[in-house]
Amino acid sequence: MAMKDKPDNIFMTTLDAAASWARSNSLWPMPFATACCGIELMATASSRFDLARFGAEVMRFSPRQCDLMIVAGRVVMKMLPVLQRIWLQMPEPKWCISMGACACTGGVFDTYAVVQGVDRFIPVDLYVPGCPPRPEQLMAGIIALQDKIRHGGTLNGTEFAKRDRSNGPTPYDSDELIRIREANEKLISLN
Amino acid sequence: MSTAEALKAKFPEDELVFSEFRDNHRVAVPATKLMPILSMLKSDCGFDMLAELTAVDYLEYEGATDRFGVVYVLLNNTSGERLILKTFVNDPSPSLPSVYSLWKSADWLEREVYDMFGITFVGHPDLRRILMPDEFTAFPLRKDYPLKGRGERHNFPIVTRADS
Ligand code: SF4
Repeated sequence: MAMKDKPDNIFMTTLDAAASWARSNSLWPMPFATACCGIELMATASSRFDLARFGAEVMRFSPRQCDLMIVAGRVVMKMLPVLQRIWLQMPEPKWCISMGACACTGGVFDTYAVVQGVDRFIPVDLYVPGCPPRPEQLMAGIIALQDKIRHGGTLNGTEFAKRDRSNGPTPYDSDELIRIREANEKLISLN
Repeated sequence: MSTAEALKAKFPEDELVFSEFRDNHRVAVPATKLMPILSMLKSDCGFDMLAELTAVDYLEYEGATDRFGVVYVLLNNTSGERLILKTFVNDPSPSLPSVYSLWKSADWLEREVYDMFGITFVGHPDLRRILMPDEFTAFPLRKDYPLKGRGERHNFPIVTRADS
């Protein structure tokens, strides 16, 4: 449809672009702050760094009211079912930011209880590296996510169907102590 | 009369091993005598608080003869005196009498030792796991349990975009 002499106060856009623009500028985060990264998340939202400038200041503690989950901190075995449940309770369209080394990979906590990266069990859209990431870095992450939504978002969320997830868990070490003992015995016999 | 003297007066001396390290008074006792010794310490020596209860796994520890050491740290709130009491238990099915009847603080402490080391406390009112999830089957602080677990941390359903 061509409108040759449209007045100045009329804009042409697509529904997808309009919806994505609106969504990207009103992200409501769900702060899933389980450890030290959570402190940095709080700093990001408070006055010095002021996340409100990017339309993402309304931290909601009810999953029904948010569309951006920020996993800030390590997630342990006992917490993962909670995380998954909260994720499932959030209404579509929704996005997930994995904040910090622990949420992305388990970080230095390579132990029996800590999940080695939340992306094994829930879909993650954006990773913010750092231990902890500075508020600027989290903001850069949120801006990048807004960009992603603006450029790839659709009105009915068809882009989510294409999104990959990671390949899942790697094999675990079951006999670590036995291997350590054998290595020690080898060392002793060498001396 | 000092605590050590009171103990020696009441129990055969060769069963009690006293030691000292930087003002910490320690005594190792046989597991069979644990209950009488602890109740005597509470009633006669005024140790009215169980400050800490923990365990040590001595698997492959040089010179160790027993598998687990269980450590009780007692505190006398009147005199400020502390006493560290240690006892030993062994595989299979290490177990000790619960001291919940003496000090209520033993409730969660014993649950933690049970959760981490698998030492059962007979007579505990509610011996469940306290830190690990209920469906966990291993005892993670035992030395023969691998640091990275036996795959429990990977054992969850995967939520995809299609599920949500
Ligand atoms: S990444 Fe660093 S700051 Fe963040 S939760 Fe892990 S240890 Fe804490």
